Amino acid sequence: MWDYIKLIALGVITVLAAIGANYARDPAYLANALTIMLTAGGLFLWFVRQTGEPKLVASEGEYFDGVVRAGVIATAVWGVVGFLVGVMIAFQLAYPSLNFEWAQGYANFGRLRPLHTSAVIFAFGGNALIATSFYVVQRTCAARLWGGNAGWFVFWGYQLFIVLAASGYLLGATQSKEYAEPEWMTDLWLTVVWLAYLAVFMGTLFKRKEPHIYVANWFYLAFIITVALLHVVNNLSIPVSVFGSKSVQVFSGVQDAMVQWWYGHNAVGFFLTAGFLGMMYYFVPKQAERPVFSYKLSIIHFWALIFLYIWAGPHHLHYTALPDWAQTLGMVFSIMLWMPSWGGMINGLMTLSGAWDKLRTDPIIRMMVVSIGFYGMSTFEGPMMSIKAVNSLSHYTDWTIGHVHSGALGWNGMITFGALYYLTPKLWNRSGLYSLKLVSWHFWLATIGIVLYASSMWVSGIMEGLMWREVDANGFLVNAFADTVSAKFPMYVVRGLGGVMFLTGSLIMCYNLWMTVRAQPERASENAFVPAE
Amino acid sequence: METYSLLREFADSWMLLALTLVFVAVIAWAFRPGSRPTHDEIASSIFRNDDKPAADSADRAKEART
Repeated sequence: MWDYIKLIALGVITVLAAIGANYARDPAYLANALTIMLTAGGLFLWFVRQTGEPKLVASEGEYFDGVVRAGVIATAVWGVVGFLVGVMIAFQLAYPSLNFEWAQGYANFGRLRPLHTSAVIFAFGGNALIATSFYVVQRTCAARLWGGNAGWFVFWGYQLFIVLAASGYLLGATQSKEYAEPEWMTDLWLTVVWLAYLAVFMGTLFKRKEPHIYVANWFYLAFIITVALLHVVNNLSIPVSVFGSKSVQVFSGVQDAMVQWWYGHNAVGFFLTAGFLGMMYYFVPKQAERPVFSYKLSIIHFWALIFLYIWAGPHHLHYTALPDWAQTLGMVFSIMLWMPSWGGMINGLMTLSGAWDKLRTDPIIRMMVVSIGFYGMSTFEGPMMSIKAVNSLSHYTDWTIGHVHSGALGWNGMITFGALYYLTPKLWNRSGLYSLKLVSWHFWLATIGIVLYASSMWVSGIMEGLMWREVDANGFLVNAFADTVSAKFPMYVVRGLGGVMFLTGSLIMCYNLWMTVRAQPERASENAFVPAE
Repeated sequence: METYSLLREFADSWMLLALTLVFVAVIAWAFRPGSRPTHDEIASSIFRNDDKPAADSADRAKEART
Protein backbone atom coordinates (compact mmCIF):
# COMPACT_ATOMS: atom_id res chain seq x y z
CA MET A 1 0.00 0.00 0.00
CA TRP A 2 2.72 2.44 1.09
CA ASP A 3 4.61 1.63 -2.11
CA TYR A 4 1.65 2.66 -4.25
CA ILE A 5 1.13 5.92 -2.34
CA LYS A 6 4.81 6.68 -2.82
CA LEU A 7 4.64 6.00 -6.56
CA ILE A 8 1.51 8.11 -6.99
CA ALA A 9 3.06 10.99 -5.04
CA LEU A 10 6.28 10.85 -7.07
CA GLY A 11 4.31 10.74 -10.32
CA VAL A 12 2.22 13.75 -9.31
CA ILE A 13 5.33 15.70 -8.25
CA THR A 14 7.03 14.92 -11.57
CA VAL A 15 4.03 16.19 -13.54
CA LEU A 16 3.62 19.31 -11.39
CA ALA A 17 7.34 20.11 -11.71
CA ALA A 18 7.07 19.70 -15.49
CA ILE A 19 4.12 22.11 -15.54
CA GLY A 20 6.14 24.49 -13.36
CA ALA A 21 9.08 24.29 -15.74
CA ASN A 22 6.78 25.02 -18.67
CA TYR A 23 5.32 28.17 -17.12
CA ALA A 24 8.53 29.27 -15.35
CA ARG A 25 8.92 33.03 -15.23
CA ASP A 26 12.64 33.13 -14.53
CA PRO A 27 15.70 30.93 -15.17
CA ALA A 28 16.23 30.04 -11.49
CA TYR A 29 12.69 28.73 -11.16
CA LEU A 30 13.08 26.84 -14.44
CA ALA A 31 16.30 25.18 -13.27
CA ASN A 32 14.77 24.26 -9.92
CA ALA A 33 11.61 22.87 -11.50
CA LEU A 34 13.68 20.78 -13.92
CA THR A 35 15.84 19.49 -11.05
CA ILE A 36 12.75 18.46 -9.09
CA MET A 37 11.18 16.89 -12.18
CA LEU A 38 14.27 14.81 -12.94
CA THR A 39 14.74 13.79 -9.29
CA ALA A 40 11.11 12.79 -8.76
CA GLY A 41 10.94 11.08 -12.16
CA GLY A 42 14.15 9.18 -11.52
CA LEU A 43 12.94 8.07 -8.11
CA PHE A 44 9.65 6.98 -9.65
CA LEU A 45 11.45 4.71 -12.14
CA TRP A 46 13.73 3.41 -9.41
CA PHE A 47 10.82 2.49 -7.14
CA VAL A 48 8.80 0.99 -10.00
CA ARG A 49 11.67 -1.38 -10.75
CA GLN A 50 11.74 -2.42 -7.10
CA THR A 51 8.04 -3.13 -6.57
CA GLY A 52 7.34 -6.76 -5.91
CA GLU A 53 10.95 -7.50 -5.01
CA PRO A 54 11.39 -8.98 -1.55
CA LYS A 55 12.41 -6.29 0.89
CA LEU A 56 15.45 -6.52 3.10
CA VAL A 57 14.52 -5.93 6.70
CA ALA A 58 17.12 -3.94 8.59
CA SER A 59 18.40 -5.61 11.69
CA GLU A 60 17.69 -3.86 15.00
CA GLY A 61 20.92 -5.46 16.20
CA GLU A 62 23.02 -3.17 14.00
CA TYR A 63 23.57 0.55 13.75
CA PHE A 64 22.31 2.37 10.67
CA ASP A 65 25.72 3.49 9.42
CA GLY A 66 25.10 3.66 5.67
CA VAL A 67 23.66 7.15 5.94
CA VAL A 68 26.56 8.26 8.15
CA ARG A 69 29.06 6.98 5.55
CA ALA A 70 27.22 8.91 2.85
CA GLY A 71 27.28 11.94 5.10
CA VAL A 72 31.04 11.69 5.60
CA ILE A 73 31.58 11.59 1.82
CA ALA A 74 29.18 14.49 1.26
CA THR A 75 30.87 16.56 3.97
CA ALA A 76 34.30 16.08 2.44
CA VAL A 77 33.12 16.79 -1.11
CA TRP A 78 31.01 19.87 -0.27
CA GLY A 79 33.83 21.10 1.92
CA VAL A 80 36.25 21.14 -1.00
CA VAL A 81 33.65 22.81 -3.24
CA GLY A 82 32.89 25.47 -0.64
CA PHE A 83 36.57 26.21 0.06
CA LEU A 84 37.31 26.37 -3.66
CA VAL A 85 34.58 28.92 -4.27
CA GLY A 86 35.86 30.83 -1.24
CA VAL A 87 39.38 30.98 -2.68
CA MET A 88 37.91 32.09 -5.99
CA ILE A 89 35.98 35.02 -4.51
CA ALA A 90 38.93 35.99 -2.29
CA PHE A 91 41.02 36.44 -5.44
CA GLN A 92 38.14 38.16 -7.22
CA LEU A 93 38.29 40.81 -4.50
CA ALA A 94 42.06 41.15 -4.88
CA TYR A 95 42.02 41.01 -8.69
CA PRO A 96 38.66 42.27 -10.02
CA SER A 97 39.55 41.06 -13.53
CA LEU A 98 38.72 37.56 -12.28
CA ASN A 99 35.07 38.60 -12.58
CA PHE A 100 35.27 37.33 -16.13
CA GLU A 101 33.30 39.21 -18.74
CA TRP A 102 31.94 36.01 -20.29
CA ALA A 103 30.62 34.83 -16.92
CA GLN A 104 28.95 38.08 -15.88
CA GLY A 105 25.66 37.43 -14.21
CA TYR A 106 26.63 33.88 -13.23
CA ALA A 107 30.11 33.70 -11.75
CA ASN A 108 30.82 37.24 -10.62
CA PHE A 109 31.48 38.00 -6.95
CA GLY A 110 27.86 38.85 -6.15
CA ARG A 111 26.61 35.48 -7.36
CA LEU A 112 29.46 33.39 -5.99
CA ARG A 113 29.53 34.90 -2.51
CA PRO A 114 26.21 33.39 -1.31
CA LEU A 115 27.25 30.17 -3.05
CA HIS A 116 30.41 30.13 -0.92
CA THR A 117 28.71 30.93 2.40
CA SER A 118 25.89 28.45 1.85
CA ALA A 119 28.26 25.76 0.59
CA VAL A 120 30.53 25.94 3.62
CA ILE A 121 27.86 26.56 6.28
CA PHE A 122 24.94 24.50 5.04
CA ALA A 123 26.50 21.95 2.71
CA PHE A 124 29.80 21.26 4.52
CA GLY A 125 28.70 22.14 8.05
CA GLY A 126 25.15 20.85 7.66
CA ASN A 127 26.20 17.49 6.27
CA ALA A 128 28.81 17.17 9.01
CA LEU A 129 26.14 17.89 11.62
CA ILE A 130 23.60 15.47 10.15
CA ALA A 131 26.16 12.69 9.74
CA THR A 132 27.74 13.07 13.18
CA SER A 133 24.40 13.55 14.93
CA PHE A 134 23.15 10.30 13.40
CA TYR A 135 26.36 8.57 14.48
CA VAL A 136 26.42 10.01 17.99
CA VAL A 137 22.73 9.60 18.78
CA GLN A 138 22.87 5.90 17.90
CA ARG A 139 26.00 5.21 19.97
CA THR A 140 24.90 7.16 23.01
CA CYS A 141 21.36 5.77 22.93
CA ALA A 142 22.61 2.26 22.15
CA ALA A 143 19.76 2.03 19.64
CA ARG A 144 19.40 1.88 15.87
CA LEU A 145 18.29 5.08 14.16
CA TRP A 146 14.51 5.49 14.33
CA GLY A 147 12.37 5.62 11.23
CA GLY A 148 14.08 3.14 8.89
CA ASN A 149 14.69 4.81 5.55
CA ALA A 150 13.69 8.23 6.90
CA GLY A 151 17.40 8.66 7.58
CA TRP A 152 18.05 8.31 3.84
CA PHE A 153 15.23 10.74 3.10
CA VAL A 154 16.89 13.31 5.36
CA PHE A 155 20.28 12.81 3.70
CA TRP A 156 19.14 12.93 0.07
CA GLY A 157 16.48 15.54 0.78
CA TYR A 158 19.19 17.77 2.22
CA GLN A 159 21.44 17.25 -0.81
CA LEU A 160 18.52 18.21 -3.04
CA PHE A 161 18.04 21.36 -0.97
CA ILE A 162 21.71 22.24 -1.49
CA VAL A 163 21.52 21.71 -5.25
CA LEU A 164 18.30 23.76 -5.53
CA ALA A 165 19.76 26.59 -3.46
CA ALA A 166 23.12 26.63 -5.26
CA SER A 167 21.68 26.53 -8.78
CA GLY A 168 19.18 29.20 -7.75
CA TYR A 169 21.95 31.55 -6.55
CA LEU A 170 23.92 31.28 -9.77
CA LEU A 171 20.79 32.04 -11.80
CA GLY A 172 19.83 34.97 -9.61
CA ALA A 173 17.26 33.72 -7.10
CA THR A 174 17.84 35.31 -3.71
CA GLN A 175 15.65 36.89 -1.07
CA SER A 176 18.69 38.99 -0.09
CA LYS A 177 18.77 37.88 3.53
CA GLU A 178 22.27 36.92 4.57
CA TYR A 179 22.58 33.14 5.17
CA ALA A 180 18.87 32.82 4.30
CA GLU A 181 19.20 33.54 0.59
CA PRO A 182 17.20 30.58 -0.82
CA GLU A 183 13.81 31.53 -2.18
CA TRP A 184 10.43 30.29 -1.01
CA MET A 185 10.24 26.95 -2.86
CA THR A 186 13.65 25.88 -1.62
CA ASP A 187 12.74 27.05 1.90
CA LEU A 188 9.57 24.97 1.88
CA TRP A 189 11.52 21.89 0.87
CA LEU A 190 14.09 22.44 3.61
CA THR A 191 11.26 22.69 6.15
CA VAL A 192 10.00 19.26 5.14
CA VAL A 193 13.47 17.73 5.31
CA TRP A 194 14.24 19.39 8.62
CA LEU A 195 11.05 18.12 10.28
CA ALA A 196 11.94 14.62 9.11
CA TYR A 197 15.41 15.13 10.62
CA LEU A 198 13.84 16.20 13.91
CA ALA A 199 11.55 13.16 13.87
CA VAL A 200 14.41 10.74 13.22
CA PHE A 201 16.56 12.28 15.94
CA MET A 202 13.77 12.47 18.54
CA GLY A 203 12.52 9.01 17.62
CA THR A 204 15.97 7.58 18.33
CA LEU A 205 16.10 9.39 21.67
CA PHE A 206 12.70 7.97 22.59
CA LYS A 207 13.74 4.38 21.90
CA ARG A 208 17.11 4.69 23.63
CA LYS A 209 18.37 1.86 25.78
CA GLU A 210 20.62 4.04 27.91
CA PRO A 211 18.86 5.57 30.91
CA HIS A 212 20.32 9.05 30.34
CA ILE A 213 20.57 11.31 27.33
CA TYR A 214 24.24 12.16 26.86
CA VAL A 215 24.98 15.90 26.72
CA ALA A 216 26.09 15.85 23.07
CA ASN A 217 22.53 14.94 22.14
CA TRP A 218 21.16 17.93 24.04
CA PHE A 219 23.28 20.22 21.92
CA TYR A 220 22.27 18.45 18.71
CA LEU A 221 18.59 18.59 19.67
CA ALA A 222 18.77 22.28 20.57
CA PHE A 223 20.38 22.88 17.19
CA ILE A 224 17.70 20.99 15.27
CA ILE A 225 14.74 22.56 17.08
CA THR A 226 16.06 26.10 17.04
CA VAL A 227 17.06 25.99 13.39
CA ALA A 228 13.54 24.79 12.53
CA LEU A 229 12.08 27.75 14.42
CA LEU A 230 14.49 30.31 12.97
CA HIS A 231 14.11 29.04 9.44
CA VAL A 232 10.32 29.15 9.46
CA VAL A 233 10.00 32.62 11.00
CA ASN A 234 12.72 34.30 8.96
CA ASN A 235 11.40 32.89 5.70
CA LEU A 236 7.78 33.97 6.08
CA SER A 237 7.24 35.37 2.62
CA ILE A 238 4.60 35.47 -0.07
CA PRO A 239 5.58 34.39 -3.58
CA VAL A 240 4.77 36.85 -6.32
CA SER A 241 3.72 33.94 -8.53
CA VAL A 242 3.65 30.17 -8.01
CA PHE A 243 5.63 29.97 -11.25
CA GLY A 244 8.36 32.39 -10.24
CA SER A 245 11.11 32.40 -7.66
CA LYS A 246 10.57 35.96 -6.44
CA SER A 247 8.83 36.42 -3.08
CA VAL A 248 8.05 39.32 -0.78
CA GLN A 249 8.80 39.29 2.95
CA VAL A 250 5.92 39.47 5.39
CA PHE A 251 7.84 41.75 7.74
CA SER A 252 9.14 45.08 6.58
CA GLY A 253 11.62 47.74 7.63
CA VAL A 254 13.34 47.43 10.97
CA GLN A 255 11.14 44.51 12.02
CA ASP A 256 12.42 42.58 9.03
CA ALA A 257 15.99 43.55 9.89
CA MET A 258 15.54 42.38 13.47
CA VAL A 259 13.98 39.06 12.41
CA GLN A 260 16.80 38.56 9.92
CA TRP A 261 19.51 39.07 12.55
CA TRP A 262 17.64 37.14 15.17
CA TYR A 263 17.86 34.38 12.56
CA GLY A 264 21.37 35.25 11.43
CA HIS A 265 22.99 35.33 14.83
CA ASN A 266 21.25 32.21 16.02
CA ALA A 267 22.30 30.45 12.85
CA VAL A 268 25.77 31.13 14.23
CA GLY A 269 24.69 30.29 17.78
CA PHE A 270 22.79 27.11 17.17
CA PHE A 271 23.96 25.83 13.78
CA LEU A 272 27.66 26.66 14.04
CA THR A 273 27.98 26.57 17.83
CA ALA A 274 25.46 24.30 19.55
CA GLY A 275 25.55 21.63 16.85
CA PHE A 276 29.34 21.60 16.66
CA LEU A 277 29.55 21.55 20.48
CA GLY A 278 27.58 18.32 20.24
CA MET A 279 30.44 17.06 18.07
CA MET A 280 33.02 18.32 20.55
CA TYR A 281 31.35 16.63 23.53
CA TYR A 282 31.40 13.28 21.77
CA PHE A 283 34.50 13.16 19.57
CA VAL A 284 37.01 14.87 21.85
CA PRO A 285 36.42 12.45 24.78
CA LYS A 286 36.36 9.52 22.35
CA GLN A 287 39.61 10.47 20.64
CA ALA A 288 41.27 11.27 24.00
CA GLU A 289 39.82 8.06 25.44
CA ARG A 290 38.83 9.93 28.59
CA PRO A 291 35.39 11.07 29.73
CA VAL A 292 34.63 14.78 29.51
CA PHE A 293 36.44 16.88 32.16
CA SER A 294 33.29 17.91 34.03
CA TYR A 295 29.83 16.70 33.17
CA LYS A 296 28.33 19.33 35.50
CA LEU A 297 30.12 22.06 33.61
CA SER A 298 28.76 20.68 30.34
CA ILE A 299 25.22 20.96 31.75
CA ILE A 300 25.82 24.57 32.78
CA HIS A 301 27.47 25.25 29.41
CA PHE A 302 24.37 23.96 27.67
CA TRP A 303 21.74 25.87 29.63
CA ALA A 304 23.69 29.12 29.75
CA LEU A 305 24.27 28.96 25.99
CA ILE A 306 20.60 28.22 25.29
CA PHE A 307 19.34 30.97 27.60
CA LEU A 308 21.71 33.67 26.36
CA TYR A 309 22.37 33.14 22.66
CA ILE A 310 18.84 33.73 21.47
CA TRP A 311 18.99 37.40 22.61
CA ALA A 312 22.29 38.37 21.03
CA GLY A 313 21.05 39.09 17.48
CA PRO A 314 20.52 42.89 17.81
CA HIS A 315 24.28 43.47 18.00
CA HIS A 316 24.28 43.14 14.20
CA LEU A 317 22.16 46.29 14.05
CA HIS A 318 24.10 48.76 16.20
CA TYR A 319 23.55 52.40 15.23
CA THR A 320 20.61 51.54 12.98
CA ALA A 321 16.89 52.31 13.21
CA LEU A 322 16.53 49.53 15.78
CA PRO A 323 15.43 50.96 19.18
CA ASP A 324 18.35 51.72 21.47
CA TRP A 325 17.16 49.41 24.24
CA ALA A 326 17.18 46.48 21.81
CA GLN A 327 20.73 47.29 20.70
CA THR A 328 21.90 47.48 24.30
CA LEU A 329 20.08 44.24 25.12
CA GLY A 330 21.86 42.49 22.27
CA MET A 331 25.20 43.86 23.41
CA VAL A 332 24.71 42.85 27.06
CA PHE A 333 23.64 39.33 26.21
CA SER A 334 26.57 38.96 23.80
CA ILE A 335 28.98 39.92 26.56
CA MET A 336 27.34 37.52 28.99
CA LEU A 337 28.00 34.79 26.41
CA TRP A 338 31.65 34.95 27.36
CA MET A 339 30.78 32.90 30.42
CA PRO A 340 29.35 29.75 28.79
CA SER A 341 31.74 29.95 25.82
CA TRP A 342 34.80 29.94 27.98
CA GLY A 343 33.30 27.38 30.33
CA GLY A 344 32.82 25.13 27.35
CA MET A 345 36.29 25.78 26.01
CA ILE A 346 37.85 24.95 29.38
CA ASN A 347 35.72 21.82 29.58
CA GLY A 348 36.88 20.68 26.15
CA LEU A 349 40.55 21.42 26.73
CA MET A 350 40.68 19.98 30.24
CA THR A 351 39.23 16.72 28.95
CA LEU A 352 42.83 16.15 27.88
CA SER A 353 44.23 16.64 31.38
CA GLY A 354 46.37 13.66 32.14
CA ALA A 355 46.60 12.84 28.44
CA TRP A 356 48.44 15.90 27.17
CA ASP A 357 51.16 13.64 25.75
CA LYS A 358 48.63 12.64 23.06
CA LEU A 359 49.14 16.10 21.56
CA ARG A 360 52.60 14.99 20.54
CA THR A 361 51.62 11.65 19.05
CA ASP A 362 48.10 12.13 17.75
CA PRO A 363 47.56 14.81 15.09
CA ILE A 364 43.80 14.29 15.29
CA ILE A 365 43.76 15.35 18.95
CA ARG A 366 45.95 18.28 17.96
CA MET A 367 43.34 19.31 15.42
CA MET A 368 40.57 19.09 17.99
CA VAL A 369 42.55 21.11 20.53
CA VAL A 370 43.27 23.85 18.00
CA SER A 371 39.60 23.87 17.08
CA ILE A 372 38.59 24.35 20.73
CA GLY A 373 41.23 27.07 20.98
CA PHE A 374 39.67 28.86 18.02
CA TYR A 375 36.25 28.40 19.61
CA GLY A 376 37.54 30.24 22.66
CA MET A 377 39.27 32.90 20.58
CA SER A 378 36.39 33.71 18.29
CA THR A 379 33.87 33.66 21.15
CA PHE A 380 36.11 36.15 22.92
CA GLU A 381 36.42 38.32 19.85
CA GLY A 382 32.69 38.23 19.06
CA PRO A 383 31.39 39.71 22.34
CA MET A 384 34.17 42.28 22.21
CA MET A 385 33.07 43.33 18.71
CA SER A 386 29.45 43.54 19.90
CA ILE A 387 30.36 46.35 22.32
CA LYS A 388 28.97 49.47 20.68
CA ALA A 389 32.20 51.47 20.89
CA VAL A 390 34.21 48.67 19.28
CA ASN A 391 31.46 47.97 16.79
CA SER A 392 31.53 51.56 15.55
CA LEU A 393 35.06 50.80 14.36
CA SER A 394 34.66 47.19 13.29
CA HIS A 395 31.25 47.15 11.66
CA TYR A 396 31.16 46.87 7.84
CA THR A 397 34.93 46.29 7.78
CA ASP A 398 36.99 43.20 7.00
CA TRP A 399 37.44 42.62 10.72
CA THR A 400 33.98 41.03 10.72
CA ILE A 401 35.00 38.72 7.90
CA GLY A 402 38.18 37.79 9.76
CA HIS A 403 36.16 37.06 12.90
CA VAL A 404 33.71 34.86 11.04
CA HIS A 405 36.51 32.89 9.43
CA SER A 406 38.48 32.32 12.61
CA GLY A 407 35.28 30.79 13.93
CA ALA A 408 34.25 28.94 10.78
CA LEU A 409 37.65 27.70 9.55
CA GLY A 410 39.21 27.32 12.98
CA TRP A 411 36.41 26.03 15.14
CA ASN A 412 33.88 24.45 12.75
CA GLY A 413 36.36 23.34 10.11
CA MET A 414 38.93 21.82 12.44
CA ILE A 415 36.46 19.98 14.69
CA THR A 416 34.78 18.58 11.57
CA PHE A 417 38.11 17.42 10.14
CA GLY A 418 38.85 15.77 13.49
CA ALA A 419 35.48 14.04 13.44
CA LEU A 420 35.98 12.88 9.83
CA TYR A 421 39.39 11.42 10.68
CA TYR A 422 37.84 9.67 13.67
CA LEU A 423 34.80 8.38 11.77
CA THR A 424 36.28 7.09 8.53
CA PRO A 425 38.23 4.11 9.93
CA LYS A 426 35.30 3.28 12.25
CA LEU A 427 32.62 3.43 9.57
CA TRP A 428 34.52 1.51 6.91
CA ASN A 429 35.88 -0.91 9.48
CA ARG A 430 39.54 -0.11 8.85
CA SER A 431 42.37 -0.66 11.28
CA GLY A 432 43.46 2.96 11.19
CA LEU A 433 44.05 5.98 9.01
CA TYR A 434 46.15 5.61 5.87
CA SER A 435 48.71 8.17 6.97
CA LEU A 436 49.10 10.16 10.17
CA LYS A 437 51.84 12.15 8.47
CA LEU A 438 49.31 13.50 5.97
CA VAL A 439 47.05 14.45 8.86
CA SER A 440 49.95 16.48 10.24
CA TRP A 441 50.38 18.16 6.86
CA HIS A 442 46.69 18.97 6.78
CA PHE A 443 46.89 20.29 10.34
CA TRP A 444 49.76 22.67 9.65
CA LEU A 445 48.46 23.87 6.29
CA ALA A 446 45.05 24.59 7.76
CA THR A 447 46.36 26.25 10.91
CA ILE A 448 48.83 28.51 9.09
CA GLY A 449 46.16 29.25 6.50
CA ILE A 450 43.73 30.40 9.19
CA VAL A 451 46.40 32.51 10.91
CA LEU A 452 47.21 34.23 7.60
CA TYR A 453 43.52 34.75 6.95
CA ALA A 454 42.61 36.13 10.38
CA SER A 455 45.63 38.36 10.82
CA SER A 456 45.38 39.90 7.34
CA MET A 457 41.72 40.67 7.97
CA TRP A 458 42.50 42.22 11.35
CA VAL A 459 45.01 44.55 9.75
CA SER A 460 42.78 45.29 6.80
CA GLY A 461 39.62 45.75 8.90
CA ILE A 462 41.10 48.05 11.53
CA MET A 463 42.91 50.06 8.88
CA GLU A 464 39.71 50.39 6.90
CA GLY A 465 37.68 51.41 9.96
CA LEU A 466 40.25 54.04 10.93
CA MET A 467 40.46 55.37 7.38
CA TRP A 468 36.67 55.69 7.12
CA ARG A 469 36.42 57.77 10.26
CA GLU A 470 39.49 59.94 9.70
CA VAL A 471 38.58 63.63 9.44
CA ASP A 472 40.77 66.64 8.83
CA ALA A 473 40.93 69.84 10.89
CA ASN A 474 37.81 71.20 9.17
CA GLY A 475 35.80 68.06 9.83
CA PHE A 476 35.93 66.72 6.27
CA LEU A 477 36.53 63.04 5.60
CA VAL A 478 40.11 62.44 4.51
CA ASN A 479 39.70 59.22 2.55
CA ALA A 480 37.42 58.26 -0.27
CA PHE A 481 36.03 54.72 -0.22
CA ALA A 482 38.25 53.80 -3.15
CA ASP A 483 41.33 54.81 -1.11
CA THR A 484 40.53 52.10 1.44
CA VAL A 485 39.99 49.58 -1.35
CA SER A 486 43.43 50.15 -2.86
CA ALA A 487 45.07 50.19 0.59
CA LYS A 488 43.63 46.75 1.31
CA PHE A 489 45.14 45.06 -1.74
CA PRO A 490 48.16 43.38 -0.06
CA MET A 491 45.96 42.04 2.74
CA TYR A 492 43.55 40.62 0.17
CA VAL A 493 46.36 38.70 -1.49
CA VAL A 494 47.54 37.31 1.86
CA ARG A 495 43.98 36.30 2.69
CA GLY A 496 43.65 34.51 -0.63
CA LEU A 497 46.90 32.64 0.00
CA GLY A 498 45.65 31.61 3.45
CA GLY A 499 42.57 30.25 1.72
CA VAL A 500 44.71 28.32 -0.78
CA MET A 501 46.56 26.67 2.11
CA PHE A 502 43.32 25.73 3.83
CA LEU A 503 41.96 24.30 0.57
CA THR A 504 45.16 22.32 -0.04
CA GLY A 505 44.87 20.85 3.44
CA SER A 506 41.32 19.71 2.78
CA LEU A 507 42.39 18.07 -0.51
CA ILE A 508 45.10 16.19 1.39
CA MET A 509 42.41 15.06 3.82
CA CYS A 510 40.22 13.77 0.99
CA TYR A 511 43.13 11.79 -0.43
CA ASN A 512 43.96 10.40 3.01
CA LEU A 513 40.37 9.35 3.72
CA TRP A 514 40.04 7.84 0.26
CA MET A 515 43.21 5.80 0.73
CA THR A 516 42.07 4.77 4.21
CA VAL A 517 39.00 3.14 2.73
CA ARG A 518 40.80 1.74 -0.31
CA ALA A 519 44.15 0.59 0.94
CA GLN A 520 43.98 -0.03 4.65
CA PRO A 521 43.42 -3.59 5.87
CA GLU A 522 40.12 -4.41 7.52
CA ARG A 523 39.91 -4.18 11.26
CA ALA A 524 40.17 -7.57 12.91
CA SER A 525 36.76 -8.96 13.74
CA GLU A 526 35.53 -8.52 17.29
CA ASN A 527 34.92 -12.22 17.74
CA ALA A 528 38.22 -13.46 16.40
CA PHE A 529 40.76 -14.81 18.81
CA VAL A 530 43.34 -12.25 19.80
CA PRO A 531 46.66 -12.99 21.41
CA ALA A 532 46.75 -12.27 25.11
CA GLU A 533 48.70 -9.10 25.80
CA MET B 1 -2.64 49.64 26.95
CA GLU B 2 -1.47 48.77 23.47
CA THR B 3 -0.37 45.20 22.84
CA TYR B 4 3.28 46.14 22.36
CA SER B 5 3.60 47.94 25.70
CA LEU B 6 1.66 45.23 27.49
CA LEU B 7 3.84 42.45 26.12
CA ARG B 8 7.00 44.39 26.73
CA GLU B 9 6.08 45.11 30.32
CA PHE B 10 5.30 41.44 30.87
CA ALA B 11 8.52 40.38 29.17
CA ASP B 12 10.83 42.55 31.25
CA SER B 13 9.16 41.74 34.56
CA TRP B 14 7.43 38.41 35.22
CA MET B 15 8.82 36.53 32.24
CA LEU B 16 12.34 37.70 33.00
CA LEU B 17 11.92 36.59 36.59
CA ALA B 18 10.48 33.22 35.57
CA LEU B 19 13.26 32.48 33.07
CA THR B 20 15.94 33.52 35.55
CA LEU B 21 14.45 31.22 38.18
CA VAL B 22 14.27 28.33 35.73
CA PHE B 23 17.90 28.93 34.85
CA VAL B 24 18.98 29.06 38.51
CA ALA B 25 16.95 25.94 39.26
CA VAL B 26 18.60 24.03 36.42
CA ILE B 27 22.07 24.95 37.67
CA ALA B 28 21.11 24.09 41.26
CA TRP B 29 19.77 20.74 40.06
CA ALA B 30 23.07 19.97 38.38
CA PHE B 31 24.85 20.55 41.69
CA ARG B 32 22.39 18.60 43.81
CA PRO B 33 24.02 16.31 46.40
CA GLY B 34 24.54 12.82 45.12
CA SER B 35 24.65 13.80 41.45
CA ARG B 36 28.33 13.00 41.02
CA PRO B 37 28.05 9.22 40.53
CA THR B 38 25.18 9.76 38.07
CA HIS B 39 27.17 12.31 36.10
CA ASP B 40 30.29 10.14 36.09
CA GLU B 41 28.18 7.29 34.84
CA ILE B 42 26.70 9.35 31.96
CA ALA B 43 30.09 10.81 31.08
CA SER B 44 31.53 7.32 30.62
CA SER B 45 28.48 6.02 28.75
CA ILE B 46 30.08 6.97 25.43
CA PHE B 47 32.66 4.22 25.89
CA ARG B 48 30.17 1.37 25.51
CA ASN B 49 27.91 0.20 22.68
CA ASP B 50 30.42 1.39 20.10
CA ASP B 51 29.85 -1.35 17.54
CA LYS B 52 26.27 -2.44 17.95
CA PRO B 53 23.11 -1.41 19.81
CA ALA B 54 22.58 -2.69 23.32
CA ALA B 55 20.67 -5.90 23.73
CA ASP B 56 17.43 -5.86 25.69
CA SER B 57 17.62 -4.55 29.22
CA ALA B 58 17.20 -8.01 30.76
CA ASP B 59 20.36 -9.26 28.99
CA ARG B 60 22.26 -6.17 29.97
CA ALA B 61 21.43 -6.57 33.65
CA LYS B 62 22.86 -10.08 33.41
CA GLU B 63 26.00 -8.80 31.71
CA ALA B 64 26.49 -6.19 34.38
CA ARG B 65 26.47 -8.85 37.08
CA THR B 66 29.08 -11.05 35.42
